[in-house]
Amino acid sequence: MKAAGLQSVVSTFREIKSRAESQWWELRDGGKPVVLVGTATCGRAAGALEVVQAIRDELKKQKLDCPVIEVGCMGHCYAEPIVTIIKPGYPPICYGHVNPVIAERLIREFILGDDPCLEFVLGALEENDLVPSFSDFPRAKFEKKVILKNCGYIDPQQIEHYIANGGYSALVKALQMPPEKIIDEVKRSGLRGRGGAGFPAGEKWEICRNASGKPKYLICNGDEGDPGAFMDRAILESDPHSVLEGMLIAGYAIGAPFGYLYVRAEYPLAVRRAQLALRQARKLNLLGRNILGSDFSFDIKLFQGSGAFVCGEETALIASLEGKPGIPHYRPPYPATNGLYGKPTLINNVKTLSFIRHIIQNGAEWFVSIGTERSKGTAVFALAGKVVNTGLTEVPMGTTLRQVIFDVGSGIPGGKRFKAVQIGGPSGGCLPESALDLPIDFDSLADAGAMMGSGGMIVLDEDDCMVEIARYFLDFTQRESCGKCTFCRLGTKQMLEVLDEITKGKGKIKDLDMLVELAEDIKAGSLCGLGKTAPNPVLSTLRFFRDEYEAHIKEGRCPALMCRELIAYYIIPEKCERSCDACVGTCTVEAISANKKRVKVIDQEKCVKCGTCLTSCPPQYNAVVKLSPPSQVPASK
Amino acid sequence: MIEEQAKVKQQTRRILNRFGRKRENLIPILQKVQGKLGYFPREAMLEIAEFLDMPEIDVYSVVTFYNQFRLIPPGKHSVRVCLGTACHMKGGYIALDAWKRRLDIDRGQTTLDREFDLETVACVGCCVMAPVTVVDDKPQAKVEPTKVDGILLSFKLEKERQGEESR
Ligand SMILES: Cc1cc2nc3c(=O)[nH]c(=O)nc-3n(C[C@H](O)[C@H](O)[C@H](O)COP(=O)(O)O)c2cc1C
Ligand code: SF4
Ligand code: SF4
Ligand code: FES
Ligand code: FES
Repeated sequence: MKAAGLQSVVSTFREIKSRAESQWWELRDGGKPVVLVGTATCGRAAGALEVVQAIRDELKKQKLDCPVIEVGCMGHCYAEPIVTIIKPGYPPICYGHVNPVIAERLIREFILGDDPCLEFVLGALEENDLVPSFSDFPRAKFEKKVILKNCGYIDPQQIEHYIANGGYSALVKALQMPPEKIIDEVKRSGLRGRGGAGFPAGEKWEICRNASGKPKYLICNGDEGDPGAFMDRAILESDPHSVLEGMLIAGYAIGAPFGYLYVRAEYPLAVRRAQLALRQARKLNLLGRNILGSDFSFDIKLFQGSGAFVCGEETALIASLEGKPGIPHYRPPYPATNGLYGKPTLINNVKTLSFIRHIIQNGAEWFVSIGTERSKGTAVFALAGKVVNTGLTEVPMGTTLRQVIFDVGSGIPGGKRFKAVQIGGPSGGCLPESALDLPIDFDSLADAGAMMGSGGMIVLDEDDCMVEIARYFLDFTQRESCGKCTFCRLGTKQMLEVLDEITKGKGKIKDLDMLVELAEDIKAGSLCGLGKTAPNPVLSTLRFFRDEYEAHIKEGRCPALMCRELIAYYIIPEKCERSCDACVGTCTVEAISANKKRVKVIDQEKCVKCGTCLTSCPPQYNAVVKLSPPSQVPASK
Repeated sequence: MIEEQAKVKQQTRRILNRFGRKRENLIPILQKVQGKLGYFPREAMLEIAEFLDMPEIDVYSVVTFYNQFRLIPPGKHSVRVCLGTACHMKGGYIALDAWKRRLDIDRGQTTLDREFDLETVACVGCCVMAPVTVVDDKPQAKVEPTKVDGILLSFKLEKERQGEESR
């Protein structure tokens, strides 16, 4: 690039940045308290918008003038809605489980008065003498936030917040480097793709740059199809510009004038926030023609997926961008040389691209210093299921599963026992207790029979049936198979039928061998990753939890008391309290009646096994139990 | 009926006019048309096929391929039961059963009075509150069979109230 162009880039950006910084510091140090409310999808579902309204109303009523900012997601899902108050003279304090009533109190007692309402505090964002800070939490020792750093801290709807916190500086730095140098930096960083397969990013960039064919395209894969994962959504909702900046740098490096941001249809808020981010970036000429006065032009179009899991697969995704059904095709050729409209196309996951600006800014050596021998940097996980601290976390590669589940996640709720952790979604597997000390990286998880996947992590406890979870994933992949390959289409269906029978207690021992055989056939006979990995949940549960399969088959018993055909609800007469009829009214099918002695009895014919009676029976009586096999229910007289 | 068809055509055409005649616009067009009409009547698909100069069967195959697109009219209220991993394991299937029982329809269907339609989704991103059902765009937390009854009752009361007001 010409030197004159570069000078203008630097000086134009300096101006933009200084304006952004003065806006940011005006907000943070302007002498007024500031209220931050997390309004990502998770927060909204917990009632964050009602909290925002309550705060605005109360501020008005008290004639207080302080800004209320909607931020993204801090990752503490379990404590949503979350409100942070930054008041001069105090550290920024974060409150959890806030409802409109608590919100009003925070305004009156903390902002107007001087009582920081310690009873609602989750933690402070900075160390101080008044309240415990997040850095004192046990999980802080294990977490390292790189791409989640801004999430929940800046307003994703104001580009200035992003810029004031170092945003787009990496782009400016990159524009002063030759593209080959950028690719070299990414290669040396060892960054591997975070979409699941872990292909080295720098290598893919190089192949794409060197491929002939014009124009080249860039695609950011935000399809996030794993039905138990929400990392990419949280990033797009909380810090969309970090993704755009990664796309810009990638586009410059490979020589693409155009990029698509492909976002899943089920994420309407992520779509809105990304669209706003695109408009704001265009307005500051960080996107569009001759970016910041340089000779680099690049634009991004947002494309909404239409709800098909297979479209996360790169060739299917490209087909859907072209307006066709999302059916994968055989690779090679890979998209890097023959992609969208047959042109060289670089496709990377949201998280992969989010790392780019940090690598450019801090250098490859910094990135290499984090992680393990063959997996560098950090990993982002969405923790859900039977774990106390559900939410998002980011830890260095090499952290053990135990540290993530028990130190970051605070273990299993309700004093229950850990049984397994499901990683990698429909393509991954279930790992037992004995695998908990595995350091997490791409290779170790694959060796253990799971896979890194994109970062969904579902914790399962003693109440979760391992045959059922395998059946669940097979049901999912079977529905989502595009139908192109016979083995994927029919093989998964056949496996599902076998699993269905087993969960109903109608399986045979030889079915287990058949499952393994079918699995091998499907793996060998499928074209895309969906089919190739679909058997993994079955194979890994068979490997580690064969005894549960056998209990279903040989004894007609579900050890976790989950499979409905193999359990019965029963009210223990000796425990049932005569004067109580809590369960009778809650049973939605009127299956419970009182006998002459006013002891409640379940009509097994009518019962649909919904479990409501079990939760409604008061804990002091605890008379309702699940029995497996159902024949354990004593015959009624 | 004829009038209805003409209206569908007109509404579809109005949306089409905002797009270029390129096949790559097919999915964005479908999304906008469904946003307006709620589903795809045959006339809408014909209109789109003509506009993009492609066989009608190709439009149809794209509509049926993607889970997001519907061929039957939606109900006034949408009920989407989350069957993502976390929700399923915490009883999403029990919630789905309860909805099916009460609405007396299967997934993918609309009640006869066109009040409700029932769909399933995979993870709406608030697994913490599993099992989740999204009712008219609002995620409802911990949906057990009694909560299903509660939600339906509040719709019924709302309807009765409106009925009285309009009288
Ligand atoms: C069935 C299937 C679903 C996939 N879903 C996703 C997805 O939701 N998001 C994603 O980034 N990659 C997904 N992938 C992987 C992509 O094909 C591709 O490898 C990835 O986007 C490349 O980006 P990366 O190198 O940054 O990981 C999927 C692959 C398969 C086979
Ligand atoms: S493996 Fe399955 S999803 Fe993939 S192309 Fe074949 S049929 Fe389609
Ligand atoms: S499990 Fe459900 S249907 Fe059966 S008795 Fe209890 S409340 Fe009634
Ligand atoms: S706190 Fe937002 S994804 Fe949870
Ligand atoms: S699994 Fe239901 S919201 Fe995530």
